[in-house]
Amino acid sequence: MKKIVEIKNITKSFDGEVVLDNINLDIYDNEFITLLGPSGCGKTTLLRIIGGFETPDKGDVIFMGENINGLPPHKRNVNTVFQRYALFPHLNVFENVAFSLREKKVPKAEIQRAVTEMLSLVALKGFEKRAVTSLSGGQQQRVAIARALVNQPKVLLLDEPLSALDLKLRKDMQVELKNIQKATGITFIFVTHDQEEALSMSDTVVVMTEGHIQQIGTPVDIYNEPQNAFVADFIGESNILDGVMLEDYKVRFSGHTFQCLDKDFDVREAVDVVVRPEDVDIVPEEKGHLRGVVTSVTFLGVHYEIIVDIGGFKWMIQTTDFHDVDEHIGLFIEPDAIHVMKKSKFSGMYGDYSSFSDEMDEIGEVDLEELEELEELDTESGSAT
Amino acid sequence: MNNKTRSLVQRMTLTPYSIWAALFIVVPLIFVAYYAFTDSAFRFTFENVSRFFTATSQIDDGETVREVHTYLVIFWRSLKLAVISTFICLVMGYPLAYIMARAKSRTQNILLTLIMIPMWMNFLIRTYAWMTILQDTGILNGFLSALHLGRIHIIGTESAVVIGMVYDYFPYMVLPIYSVMAKLDVKLLEAASDLGCPGISVLRRVIWPLSLPGVLSGVTMVLIPSISTFYISQKLGNGKFFLIGDAIEGQYVANNLHFAAAIAFILMVILLVCMGLMQKLTNRRIIVA
Repeated sequence: MKKIVEIKNITKSFDGEVVLDNINLDIYDNEFITLLGPSGCGKTTLLRIIGGFETPDKGDVIFMGENINGLPPHKRNVNTVFQRYALFPHLNVFENVAFSLREKKVPKAEIQRAVTEMLSLVALKGFEKRAVTSLSGGQQQRVAIARALVNQPKVLLLDEPLSALDLKLRKDMQVELKNIQKATGITFIFVTHDQEEALSMSDTVVVMTEGHIQQIGTPVDIYNEPQNAFVADFIGESNILDGVMLEDYKVRFSGHTFQCLDKDFDVREAVDVVVRPEDVDIVPEEKGHLRGVVTSVTFLGVHYEIIVDIGGFKWMIQTTDFHDVDEHIGLFIEPDAIHVMKKSKFSGMYGDYSSFSDEMDEIGEVDLEELEELEELDTESGSAT
Repeated sequence: MNNKTRSLVQRMTLTPYSIWAALFIVVPLIFVAYYAFTDSAFRFTFENVSRFFTATSQIDDGETVREVHTYLVIFWRSLKLAVISTFICLVMGYPLAYIMARAKSRTQNILLTLIMIPMWMNFLIRTYAWMTILQDTGILNGFLSALHLGRIHIIGTESAVVIGMVYDYFPYMVLPIYSVMAKLDVKLLEAASDLGCPGISVLRRVIWPLSLPGVLSGVTMVLIPSISTFYISQKLGNGKFFLIGDAIEGQYVANNLHFAAAIAFILMVILLVCMGLMQKLTNRRIIVA
């Protein structure tokens, strides 16, 4: 595989606050790569550095073997789909898509052909004369994609392009984006804070937080083999427990010694142990490795999500069978359901569901997002001078 | 909200404004029209209006004596100076508005205050200030001769009148453009740049068309008062450049109310037609482009 973008030792800070700290990342041709992380992790800043809208304090951006640090956005063979589309309100659909071709003085007939082709690629045939302000969110999204792709860029940058769409539309667009990427063979660099979106679309996921890359890997790797407590918690649901690696393939946590598939740790090394909620089997109390009391049950359609108190630690378990609150149950954990990780600075911060509430999570997320946007606007108006 | 759902309270709160608008906007306009089409005995007549178009006077430039349509010449001169002033305001104001809109919010506030401070001072005083600056023995010439650059004669010329107009009406050009520019989404400029536009193209293809509504209201707010201004030309033009505003004032002072009203009425109609055309033109450009 050919490297198309190389990020080398990129560091960036705003007003003394480090947003990206010595980032290194290789992006390959034809790849769908996702930068995933919570608000403020630096993913958007990294994307803007590749697009040319921010200059790194230190480090280099290499594009097809060439250093493009000093190149302004209009000279980069990279196009962006912006978060809120940024369509030109004074131009109709056709003119929005034709915008870059007109700049390049492409002949009229060629523009007509290219724009028509792009509009049919994004399923907007017949919308040529419509005002962009009269389109729905999903349609505006498609115009933005067509407008970027009509340049035939080597790399397409997508900055949370689906965040403003409702759930149903978002799912459809995920499939469609993936199809467009396959059909065009263009490298997509996709930024999102939605882990489900990242897992379902990407070839490679880059998990970021606090200006650092935590893990790079395929969606399956990231989910099954998280490298630390942050990744385990951010991608899907995880019970993360303090454990001790007794010897190869033997780990002790929650007062019980388990068989596992992990090795190459120091003898009696303290570790973080991840058990996914869907990997735990519920058995009669006397047959379980662990015993506990159900403290809450939530019905989620496909399965129930139950919280179980085991020696003061609250586990989350997903099961298709109903278990009532206050029921005593046993937990059976197979060796391949256990994943052992090195201790990290995130140890002890995640993976306990004692204060768990879906609602709280969502409220917190929305507020953070809005705050971040406000801050972004601030820095933009400030840094544009 | 439509009329049907308006509550009694809402209608009552609107009443004072309606009365105010009727008394001080509509009624005076009716009076102007009424005076324009009546003679001194308040009989209906077209005479005042036709006098505007037909009255002639003689200009003696020392060698030949020419006969000209008095008020058409005055109107043409007013229009010319107003258009020049508006153009200068636009050329100076547009970049300033852009710079302001992109500056840090603290800088924006400082610049806004600086632009508005002169508006808090009396119009007559500001015009007198320009007289002392521009006079043959004024501050400007004092400064120039101190630098051994010689003196210039500017007071009493059309340039002086234009300088006065530009100074007085400049804020009315900057502020509407600024308020449109400040609302412009930075992402649009980034998108244009992303799509291959160098800076000048971003300005021409995105910023300019999107700021046109601000430009239009700026032009309206400068052109209209400067076309009908009457004091600046008297003071800075030494009374040599009789403008349409001066003509109205002159007729009014001479107690020739009916003719004054006729000139005002004609001026108003011409301006309304011009503005209507301009509005239509910009609207079409924004939609089709």
